[in-house]
Amino acid sequence: MEAVRVQDRARLNPRFTPLQLLAHIGAWIPLFVLLWDASHHQLTANPILEATHRTGTTALVLLVFSLACTPLNVLFGFRQAIKLRRPLGVYGLMYIGVHLFIFAVLDYGLDLDMIRDTVVEQRFVLVGLASFLMLLPLGVTSTRGWMKRLGKRWIKLHRLVYLAVPLAVVHYVWLVKADIRVPLQYGAVVAILLFLRIPRVRHFFSSLRYRLAPRFDSNLARPSKV
Amino acid sequence: MVKIRSSEITPEQVYLSRRKFMKGIGAIALGSLALSACGSLATPDTQPTSTAGPDSFLAQPTAHANATADKLTSLDDITHYNNYYEFSQLKDPVADLAQHFKTRPWSVEVGGLVNNPKTYDIDAMLKRFPQQERVYRLRCVEGWSMVIPWTGFPLAALLKEADPTSRAKYVRFESIMSPQQMPGQQDNYFKWPYIEGLRLDEAMNDLTLMVTGLYGKPLPNQDGAPLRVAVPWKYGFKSAKAIVKIDLVEEQPVSLWMNAAPDEYGFYSNVNPERPHPRWSQTTERRIGEAGRIKTIKFNGYADEVAHLYDGMDLIANY
Ligand code: HEM
Repeated sequence: MEAVRVQDRARLNPRFTPLQLLAHIGAWIPLFVLLWDASHHQLTANPILEATHRTGTTALVLLVFSLACTPLNVLFGFRQAIKLRRPLGVYGLMYIGVHLFIFAVLDYGLDLDMIRDTVVEQRFVLVGLASFLMLLPLGVTSTRGWMKRLGKRWIKLHRLVYLAVPLAVVHYVWLVKADIRVPLQYGAVVAILLFLRIPRVRHFFSSLRYRLAPRFDSNLARPSKV
Repeated sequence: MVKIRSSEITPEQVYLSRRKFMKGIGAIALGSLALSACGSLATPDTQPTSTAGPDSFLAQPTAHANATADKLTSLDDITHYNNYYEFSQLKDPVADLAQHFKTRPWSVEVGGLVNNPKTYDIDAMLKRFPQQERVYRLRCVEGWSMVIPWTGFPLAALLKEADPTSRAKYVRFESIMSPQQMPGQQDNYFKWPYIEGLRLDEAMNDLTLMVTGLYGKPLPNQDGAPLRVAVPWKYGFKSAKAIVKIDLVEEQPVSLWMNAAPDEYGFYSNVNPERPHPRWSQTTERRIGEAGRIKTIKFNGYADEVAHLYDGMDLIANY
């Protein structure tokens, strides 16, 4: 019954929830700040590298947020988060697109020989590329139409994100000079978010939540096996 | 105060046009100089002259960057894009963080395997060794580069005065340890203080410069004041900043970077596009202030001066 009501509300009032609005606006801000700073020569003395770093970091943060949506729902019954999963992922891919554009066009001037040498020589570029090539089909098939067309295979395909994001973390670990603490912090967060998806772990937490707050938690169906 | 200081402050523009003029580019350059340089200083004769004078670098034709290919990096970029982990792992905050760093009083202890150990006051050192201007390329291991007009004196002059004993094989540089002033040193991830080193013959090479100034003025704090070294055929991290101690030693010194990542940073760290680095392309570089990438040259283009130091050595194994 609850589900029906929510659907009705969405149909009657297709506007975004405040949280969705925040996510959409928030996701564009780094790009505008980047363009602003670029046009005001505020991207350090090495603007291409700075822009590469910023877009890479933004992409990774957005992907981590996207990965956090499901656990937020499982752990805290924060169901609104589920709606953010797709847009956050797609925005993440958008920033990777900009990241790659900066790399291939602005940095390497589309010199294919030079790009090939770099991909082969720098292992961090290779795994970054692998991560991108996995995320690309997910972005393309993120529409409702593709979801329908692929049916069950859609879910399988989209599990690629569990590989692509850790690869992006490896990309980061391999490119810093020596102090790998920051990329490892991202790695730890990603590891926790993936850990929470293991079916038994997930089940444990949802039944725990059910036991702790069964009466207030209208989102949650009673777990079948307790 | 500091001897190298020009009698008048030399703005970068004037400095640049003065160099252009001294390079003898001729009437056309003179014309454009008159238009581009600051109005009242339009004619070269009225421009302030630096104590180092033009002869010092014209007399060093091989020691400065190839004038036709290399444009000087702007003072603003050189002073706001600093790899100086004692202050920050980020490059742009260094200028601010280093603003109040104390460079006086400052003494430099020269010792180890020498016959004349001596502790120099920095100002006495500046007086003792004639300063000259040299334009060097600087290639960072991270794949970017600059062209920098340093002021300084050859390390060889200092070493001759110290008179190394026959057992001395290497020079070891130690930078200041001052965590109160240098926030990066409050973090023990790296083994402070910063240590670097050179083989004795590398240190004696005329290119190896003890740097005290930049663009004709005293060295800014963020660039390693009051005393740093510039070893232009090696990656930038070999050029230690804020040096307090120079020792002659028998064993190869272990640098901070060798300590942090031994398979990435070796003792020699000569600029070498043939030796790939896992993190950055060493075949190309981005020249700060210019668009696109340029090819990295072995020994950073200083092969004529230094290649002989490595005759018969495998520079891939000895990276
Ligand atoms: C499409 C292929 C990719 C290429 C060619 C690429 C290339 C690069 C390059 C050249 C850098 C700068 C390295 C340096 O410091 O010198 C970089 C940094 C970075 N990239 Fe990528 N990348 C790719 C994909 C990705 C992906 C998929 C992600 C994450 C989702 C990502 C996240 C990052 C991050 C977080 C940084 C470091 C930011 C920092 O240090 O602040 N990259 N990448």
